[in-house]
Amino acid sequence: MEKSQIKGFIAARVAKELKDGDVVNLGIGVPTLVPNYLPQDVHVTLQAEIGTVGSASAGDNPDPIHVVDAGGAPSGVRPGGCFIDSATSFTLIRGGHVDATVLGGLEVDEEGSLANWLIPGKKMPGMGGAMDLLVGAKTVIVAMEHTAGGNPKILKKCRLPYTAVKCVDKIITEMAVIEVTDKGLVLTEYNPEFTVEQIQAATEATLTISPNLKSMV
Amino acid sequence: MPKFVSMEEAAKLIPSGATVMVGGFMGCGSAHRFLTTLSQSGVKDLTVICNDGSKPGGPLGEEYYGVAKLIHNRQVKRLITSHVGLNPEVAQQNMQEGTLEVTLVPQGSLAEMIRAGGAGLGGILTPTGVGTVVEESPLCLGKQTINGRDYLLMAPLHADFAIIAGYKIDREGNVWYKGTTINHNLVMATAADTVIAEAEQVVEVGTIAPEDVRTAGVFVDYVVEGGLY
Repeated sequence: MEKSQIKGFIAARVAKELKDGDVVNLGIGVPTLVPNYLPQDVHVTLQAEIGTVGSASAGDNPDPIHVVDAGGAPSGVRPGGCFIDSATSFTLIRGGHVDATVLGGLEVDEEGSLANWLIPGKKMPGMGGAMDLLVGAKTVIVAMEHTAGGNPKILKKCRLPYTAVKCVDKIITEMAVIEVTDKGLVLTEYNPEFTVEQIQAATEATLTISPNLKSMV
Repeated sequence: MPKFVSMEEAAKLIPSGATVMVGGFMGCGSAHRFLTTLSQSGVKDLTVICNDGSKPGGPLGEEYYGVAKLIHNRQVKRLITSHVGLNPEVAQQNMQEGTLEVTLVPQGSLAEMIRAGGAGLGGILTPTGVGTVVEESPLCLGKQTINGRDYLLMAPLHADFAIIAGYKIDREGNVWYKGTTINHNLVMATAADTVIAEAEQVVEVGTIAPEDVRTAGVFVDYVVEGGLY
């Protein structure tokens, strides 16, 4: 797969996970592409940490002083959406009112623990709302490239500091769809551009092959 | 009833070494003009509680936006926050120069810890941060298991001052917020000894319908008029 196609491919597969009516929080990077791939009949309510329920594009009359997204960029709200304060926003997030969150990952391990906020000694960005989202959302989907510089990102145990432990439900990459279960990681879908052996070779954790294994495309 | 004062009079209330909550999210909802005045006041050694470290470069070409004005002028000795990744000066002052202490708190915990501080609660129990470095935070007071689930006991946050901003504030101090500016302003207005609110517009009582008031005027001590931003 061409490097330029990877992000769109992952986002398109993630889009199939979302159901009409879902309340969804999208992290930065690949997750922000997901709405572009939703079918016409699937309408989700995007929620943003800053307190927007029903996030939309900024439109023709952006108000960058008063209406921004979680990254501080001009944003908007769809008709029927609303603005809530931070404590209420995280009541929504932590309290289990968000159906799905899609986040990027630096490392995921076979227990479904995720590291995506800190590389010690390098940067100190802060966790923002990621830790709350991971413990609170009903479904946690990690959308990321399968490897980084050829090295596996799906590990037996995360080496980087955790964002949250035992929180991930599904990992979607350009190579595979992997479900986190009590018995470890289960390969449920594969990109036919790769063999199962190639997918396992790019994964440090051991993958169990689902009896219902199917193609991602 | 709040006192209506000038920016300079309000800035003089805040002494060096004070703990100050600053509303806003990446600068959205911050008291822009009052923070400019405060950044020129000479006050220093502040402990600032804010969602993030904001950023250089505001949407209208501001050189520094929101709380970044205070950080840039080296008026902050400790920052309690959830995110500093978009303000490189925080890492510079923290990691290279060692002059700025940073305590990172998950964003939802931060909001709720402030809410607890304002509501007279002794802390919060949250599942957020269990198994992570948050357990080692000076603001994490312990761990408890309730109904089989682990929770962190996080300290309540209370400040000497809260600096909030509203779009319309009436003569009784009642605040109406526009768009996403409400963010942490709502809880911060409850969690400080002295609350200073910047209004884009000061309006007569009755202009904001009672059911549209988000921060009740009884929480607000001082109002400064910033003008439309």
